[in-house]
Amino acid sequence: MCGAKQGGLDLKGVDIDKEAVIQGQVLRGDEPVGGAYVRLLDSTGEFTAEVPTSATGHFRFFAAPGSWTLRTLAPKAEPVDRQVVAQYGEVAEVAVSV
Amino acid sequence: MSRESALVSADWVEEHKSDPGVVLIEVDEDVSAYDAGHIAGAIKLDWKEDLQDHVRRDFVNKEQFEALLSDRGVASDDTVVLYGGNNNWFAAYAYWYFKLYGHGDVKLLDGGRKRWELDSRELTDEVVKREATQYTAQEPDLNIRAFRDEVGEAIGVKNLVDVRSPDEYAGRLLAPAHLPQEQAQRAGHIPTAANIPWSKAANDDGTFRPDDDLKQLYADAGVDFGKDTIAYCRIGERSAHTWFVLHEILGQANVKNYDGSWTEWGSLVGVPVALGDEPGKA
Repeated sequence: MCGAKQGGLDLKGVDIDKEAVIQGQVLRGDEPVGGAYVRLLDSTGEFTAEVPTSATGHFRFFAAPGSWTLRTLAPKAEPVDRQVVAQYGEVAEVAVSV
Repeated sequence: MSRESALVSADWVEEHKSDPGVVLIEVDEDVSAYDAGHIAGAIKLDWKEDLQDHVRRDFVNKEQFEALLSDRGVASDDTVVLYGGNNNWFAAYAYWYFKLYGHGDVKLLDGGRKRWELDSRELTDEVVKREATQYTAQEPDLNIRAFRDEVGEAIGVKNLVDVRSPDEYAGRLLAPAHLPQEQAQRAGHIPTAANIPWSKAANDDGTFRPDDDLKQLYADAGVDFGKDTIAYCRIGERSAHTWFVLHEILGQANVKNYDGSWTEWGSLVGVPVALGDEPGKA
């Protein structure tokens, strides 16, 4: 399927040896931000994917190994960019503050 | 078609959403988004459950489409306003569908659900039930739908536009990066196809870019506006978004969406496939 799934931290059913997982949580202060949009941009800045955050502010991508940018859009906030490196066999965890 | 006739703004929707003869429809892959909150009065369509045949890989046929819209209370002469998540991918796909079956007045909400949410506009979880209608569809308009044989003949002849991400185009990924990798047997793209990711036609907030920027985008990537065009992606919904840009916003004639897309082409025996970042030769 070609659509967005809500993020989350449960890795059940995910073979992290075969997937370069990037996941995390969007926060405003200590509060999780649900319904924010996290965009995954490749090393050239090209859009690759986007997911809305879950009610607990979580998101997840199945990327490829390499350098990526996470761009987060949330209501009443400026977009926030975070750099992240993904690789097989490891879950890249990112906390984003808006 | 033009931007003015095909797109409406969020302000327009706020103003007209309760007008008689206006039907708001949210189209998502994940319909839990609608259930959690939707624009007041909007009904939902599930792109898969409602719009795909449950046995064969194909659309619902004319009779199924008529039964669906009759049941949901949509009339043939209603103004249908579509919106959804995923930057309107599935809403654009449904828009293409309504056009395929000859619906007269159909529009897309610019920016879809995302712009609406980022503006902190109101969403409701109230259940919407419309009176059943007798919806009449037209025979499918195959001038906007391409099949695989026609795509093969278009190599090196027509504009082929691959709207997936550069990594999918080059064969480094088989699916969008927010999903486990799956699907087609082979990675790559159809030879001679230009890679113009759907996302280049949209702003970060999901709204479409201005007409002049859009024309420049496709021209710079080698699209010859004097030729016919076929757009494809992986399963046909992102390319419906690009079909919408070319055919509905820019008013290009002879633009088709190849909904078989890469999941079909990349699994066919004996067809040409190009790898890497260049279009490749016919």
